[in-house]
Amino acid sequence: MNHDLLTATFRKQFPGGPAIAVDQLRLGSGITVLFGASGSGKTTVLRCLAGLERPEAGRIQAGGETWFDGATNLFLPARRRRVGFVPQDYALFPHLSVARNVGYGLHELTTGERSRQVAETLEWLGLTGLEDRLPRALSGGQQQRVALARAVVGRPQLLLLDEPFAALDTPTRLRLRGELRHWLRHTGIPTLLVTHDRFEALALGDEVVILHEGRNVQQGPVPAVFSQPFNLAVAEITAVETVQRGRLLEVRDGLATIAVGNARLTALARDLPADASEVHVCIRAEDVILTGADAVQSSARNHLSASVQTITRAGPLALVQVDCGFPLMALLTQVACDEMGLHPGHPLVAIVKAPKIHLIPADNAKDRD
Amino acid sequence: MSHAQWQLVGFSLRMALLSLVVVLPPGLAVAWWLAKFNGRGKTILETLVTLPLVLPPVVTGLVLLELFGRHGPIGGWLHRTLGMDVVFTWRAVVLALASMSLPLLVRAARTAFEEVDAKYEQLARTLGAGEWRVFFTITLPLARRGILAGILLAFARSLGEFGATIMVAGNIPGQTTTLPLAIYQAVQADDDGLAWTLAGVSAVIAFAAVLASERLSRRRS
Repeated sequence: MNHDLLTATFRKQFPGGPAIAVDQLRLGSGITVLFGASGSGKTTVLRCLAGLERPEAGRIQAGGETWFDGATNLFLPARRRRVGFVPQDYALFPHLSVARNVGYGLHELTTGERSRQVAETLEWLGLTGLEDRLPRALSGGQQQRVALARAVVGRPQLLLLDEPFAALDTPTRLRLRGELRHWLRHTGIPTLLVTHDRFEALALGDEVVILHEGRNVQQGPVPAVFSQPFNLAVAEITAVETVQRGRLLEVRDGLATIAVGNARLTALARDLPADASEVHVCIRAEDVILTGADAVQSSARNHLSASVQTITRAGPLALVQVDCGFPLMALLTQVACDEMGLHPGHPLVAIVKAPKIHLIPADNAKDRD
Repeated sequence: MSHAQWQLVGFSLRMALLSLVVVLPPGLAVAWWLAKFNGRGKTILETLVTLPLVLPPVVTGLVLLELFGRHGPIGGWLHRTLGMDVVFTWRAVVLALASMSLPLLVRAARTAFEEVDAKYEQLARTLGAGEWRVFFTITLPLARRGILAGILLAFARSLGEFGATIMVAGNIPGQTTTLPLAIYQAVQADDDGLAWTLAGVSAVIAFAAVLASERLSRRRS
């Protein structure tokens, strides 16, 4: 993914709000997810990019234009940035029909050309027939599509979506996730999408930018960032189920041996500084396999004797916490859980492949503060 | 009612409508500014605009008389450059009604503008709209009910205006006499029948205007 579309470094603080300090945020083609807990400043970042907020300092450049430069006091207002903006509640103009909402940004075109483009976009999004409806007569999913149509019809150079599913109920949300990804891909407009939902990020994003307390702390392909958090804060935001402090005992042949609680783990020794001694061990629950206590040999490096502590069922899945010298979380299907007859106290073996254990040097953790 | 009385009612309605036309552009501009900006001088402007509501109308009339008289700063200028006299003509009636209804209009319109969620205006800007387009296509239409309610209230207030009108326009039958002035005159002349007839007409018009205004306000919430 090329990252030449937009680069942004800026500061913005509201009285009483978190200080936003975006450093070298780079956007390219494709869908970038801006991921962070609520209150981390995601919406403010989006509004600064849209030109609805003016940062205090920094520089934002996009497509060869300068949108903001604190040094020369340059600020390109929202109306001249050619950015498609879809806010959380869509902000469809309540007094205008669907067609007039979508055509609002095309007022410089002739009436004929405008209605042609509106009709084309509505058809593409499956909204034909709703032209004369007012927004309040639409379902949540239709409102989302009208907001998207209005944002993309003028072919903006950047599309900004703020929690596009926040206004929808859960079943609709799940149904529309795939559709939205399809449409966003199809427009080919570089997109920055805000979410705090891990599954949304995984389903929609090519890249993810992790925002923590107003700072962009890590950026990269979604699966990579989610399985290899740069520091504890990112591990927490991306909800890595098991994060334990451990002591680095030995590094040999690219493999690290770590003491965690009463257990010893083998992991890949990548990105470890030479003098590292304390590390945080991150293990995703879906990377843990549970087998019977009499497990035979397998290729995985880590076989840990364990016993079941708690079982939390959620839909088709169950999150099982086992004690294997330290608390370890494993994600199983309910079916597997029942077949194995798991219950608290049940003895078993937890298996984790060495590459699935991610180590964060304890020094990185300092970035939290 | 006699022909002259109908003429009087017609004249009063015309003056009230005309005063609305005069007061609407500056009234909406001031209301919009008060609603959207937090600049210096906001409180001063707010107070100035509200003054006619709390001052004795006669005092407002006196100030207008001073400003628009042939020797006043504005009236003198109008007389010299356009040869136009204001005081003691129908123009003074419009001026008095406009001044007295300005606070009501501004207050209602300001509230209506404030109730328009800024997110719509911001979104319009991201779609390339300049401030005029935002105002006329988003802010004004979304505030229309509140503004209409304010207009009706201002209209009703204009029809009942007495003190400022008599100061600055006098009471010249057929030229500056409005309904309230005619009622006062009728009572002075011991013509209670006429006074009550005109009072009835006033009440009916005011009732209709306030009722419509209330309906508009209620449907909004």
